[in-house]
Amino acid sequence: MSDLLSNKEESTKAVVDFLTKKAKNKTKFYIKDFYAIFPDDKPRAIKNVINAMVTDGILEFWSSGSTTMYGLKGAGKQHSSEGEE
Amino acid sequence: MAKHETPLLDQLESGPWPSFVSDLKHQAEIRAKNEEGVEFQIPQDSVEDLLGVLELSYKHGRTHWKHGGIVGVFGYGGGVIGRYCDQPKLFPGVEHFHTMRVAQPCGKYYKTDFLRQLTKLWDLRGSGVTNMHGSTGDIILLGTTTPQLEEIFYTLTHEMNQDLGGSGSNLRTPADCLGESRCEYACYDSNALCHFLTNEFQDELHRPAFPYKFKFKLDACPNGCVASIARADMSFIGTWRDGIKVDQDAVNKYVENDPAYPPNAGAHKDGNWGPFDIEKEVLSLCPTKCMKFENKTLKIDNANCTRCMHCINTMPRALKIGDDRGLSILVGAKAPILDGAQMGSLLAPFVEVNPENDYEAITEVIENVWDWWMEEGKNRERLGELIMRQGFQKLLEVTGIDPMPQHVAYPRTNPYIFWKEDEVEGGWERDVAEYRKHHLR
Ligand code: HEM
Ligand code: SF4
Ligand code: SF4
Repeated sequence: MSDLLSNKEESTKAVVDFLTKKAKNKTKFYIKDFYAIFPDDKPRAIKNVINAMVTDGILEFWSSGSTTMYGLKGAGKQHSSEGEE
Repeated sequence: MAKHETPLLDQLESGPWPSFVSDLKHQAEIRAKNEEGVEFQIPQDSVEDLLGVLELSYKHGRTHWKHGGIVGVFGYGGGVIGRYCDQPKLFPGVEHFHTMRVAQPCGKYYKTDFLRQLTKLWDLRGSGVTNMHGSTGDIILLGTTTPQLEEIFYTLTHEMNQDLGGSGSNLRTPADCLGESRCEYACYDSNALCHFLTNEFQDELHRPAFPYKFKFKLDACPNGCVASIARADMSFIGTWRDGIKVDQDAVNKYVENDPAYPPNAGAHKDGNWGPFDIEKEVLSLCPTKCMKFENKTLKIDNANCTRCMHCINTMPRALKIGDDRGLSILVGAKAPILDGAQMGSLLAPFVEVNPENDYEAITEVIENVWDWWMEEGKNRERLGELIMRQGFQKLLEVTGIDPMPQHVAYPRTNPYIFWKEDEVEGGWERDVAEYRKHHLR
């Protein structure tokens, strides 16, 4: 695991910064979108950290039923599709 | 009296087949009467409103459900599918109408008291409408509100020792045939393996990890009672690698039309098929034509048998599966979202099924496939689509499985062979000075 990913405070900050920067156009993200923040890490390790942020109440899941996306807690519409907010 | 007029739905009931409309009306009535005195935790008329919104959709020719949402139980990224009605003023009973997926028991063995507990819980905290079972194979509880989710989850896990299933970009609830528990054709214990995989990959079931959905299905023999070859990103199909066991005396009993030896174990005996004819009903239907019956002796060229099960199904008292058993792993089946429907392709022809070492040979293949798909798969790309995009050869590379004739679906249509540098002696580098000693510019 990279230093960035293993440091809870810094990895959280990196994720929140990334999502805040994009918040104007988009509020829901695929798991793969987070790979770019941690280029040196394996998908499985990244997924564990991102899921822990959901448990900690920083992020939340959005699910269509077939696909799951992630967003900052409370960001965007709660149960509507993208592109109309 | 129904709450909403539903002439278009009523018409659907006129066909000869069982009708979900009749079932829903029946359930709406039961809730209206409430003879059992249930203290309904979601609107009592939710099923009436469900019929109402469906009628409106038929009238408008478009759906009045929104797609998805932010609902779930704490710590789980799957198991709950958020559904909200976009006409809550007209149909307040279905303003929230979430689906819950509940893991079905392996082999779908239920105790009646479990079913009673489950339906009681769902009458109290949901609409009472179920789908046993959904396409994935699990228990589908249709219709509840957001505040009920944690309550239901608590009862399921604490009082019924029962977990939620998968949804979203997760591993979906694994599903299996009943296998060795009832069936003489089983080449491995599908219930035990299904249970093991469900526990082993808890994290993948509950916490989204993947570009899209991923399904495991387990058939303990090639008869495929859960149709894993067509329904799963990864299918585990029982097989054997020695020969089919033949009892020649029993074969001759079938040939002599002995009534104690009905073909197909008597499954079709009411039809007027005439006397059993081994040539017509077995030998000529063998897909690889690898069987012969001469001088009262059945011979099978086992090297050419594809384990299709036809001969064994037809003469079950005479032919038995082999003794050296394991399973084949097939990958990439999916429904027609992109590129049309696709069946699974054979990846590992024979894998040992060994509970003693925690099914090591099987989990190794699973993890290699996942590592590749998690890294390379595009958003919402199924494994079968990634295989088409990057090639089956790439899949063989990442799983470390050597190519073999069974991997070939049809002869090559491209005459070129592309070598990789490490496959060529000396590689791509050359010594130009050395070359120029022998060749002028
Ligand atoms: C092992 C060595 C060589 C390989 C693998 C090779 C491969 C090829 C291939 C694949 C083509 C077809 C290209 C196409 O149709 O698009 C081709 C065309 C050709 N090659 Fe080579 N080549 C080799 C050596 C040579 C040598 C030594 C010569 C001449 C002394 C040569 C002369 C030609 C010519 C004239 C064509 C036809 C070009 C055309 O149709 O426009 N090749 N070669
Ligand atoms: S798939 Fe095979 S082993 Fe499983 S129940 Fe069907 S016939 Fe029996
Ligand atoms: S199992 Fe199928 S392929 Fe094998 S011998 Fe019997 S009929 Fe032929």
